Amino acid sequence: MEGGALLTGTAGWLFAIFAVLALASAIAVVAARSPVHSALFLLLSFVVVACIFILQQAEFVGAVQMLVYAGGIMVLFLFVVMLVNPGVVQAGKAFQTQFDVALVLLPVFLLPFLYILGTEKLPDVAVKPDAFRMVGDKIAGNTEAVAWVLFRDYLVPFEVASVFLLVAMVGAVVLGKRSLEKMD
Amino acid sequence: MTVTINHYLIVSFLLFSIGFFGVLVRRNFLTILMSIELILNAVNLNLIAFSRRLSDLTGQVFSVFVITIAAGEAAIGLALTISFFRQRKTLDVEDARTMRG
Repeated sequence: MEGGALLTGTAGWLFAIFAVLALASAIAVVAARSPVHSALFLLLSFVVVACIFILQQAEFVGAVQMLVYAGGIMVLFLFVVMLVNPGVVQAGKAFQTQFDVALVLLPVFLLPFLYILGTEKLPDVAVKPDAFRMVGDKIAGNTEAVAWVLFRDYLVPFEVASVFLLVAMVGAVVLGKRSLEKMD
Repeated sequence: MTVTINHYLIVSFLLFSIGFFGVLVRRNFLTILMSIELILNAVNLNLIAFSRRLSDLTGQVFSVFVITIAAGEAAIGLALTISFFRQRKTLDVEDARTMRG
């Protein structure tokens, strides 16, 4: 592949299909009236994004996305949706009162980000397909390569992430408690 | 068809803006949280695309951290949802106006 190309041929068309599916399910998440429908479309978008990750030789991140997002976070969301909103279709309005203002102002806020598309100055080097499988100077797999980088160069952020998860767990338990006066 | 980094940037931008719009305009608190997850997904897509373009694994490692933080944030957000619902018996964020000037 020449420099700058990420995918060619069939993989390119696969990416096109996945991209359209991801955008369609994202629009469905935002537009659906019932939160159950939103949750199911969000699940679809997670799976599609995991497929896009695998197309980019990020197999470990794709697997983690499926396990944590689709298998953990979505299950949590569905639990809470069912706990709090047993009726499937919500009565009343779905959008806040500033819907029209947001619709007009959103392109104004976000379109400047597209400026970067005209100013790409990345090095015109082709993708090295083995870069995502190398452990030292041997070829292993993507998981081994990610572990090699994670546990050598990014060990401190890894430990901080585990402390963060502990804090999040304690916080979720405390916030979910009923009333503190009822304990004795 | 040849896919370049620009295609990935456009897709991730569109996903981000759809999620951003969802956070701004939806009434249901849970749908707002789901839109935040869409935003995080768009960021991950961007990271993975650049990681491949520059043949650098750092982007993938950062993505793992983003997913971790998203999991913690989803847990706290959902606990907040339950707390919100217990107090007001509704998930409509337009009803949360006690601090309105």
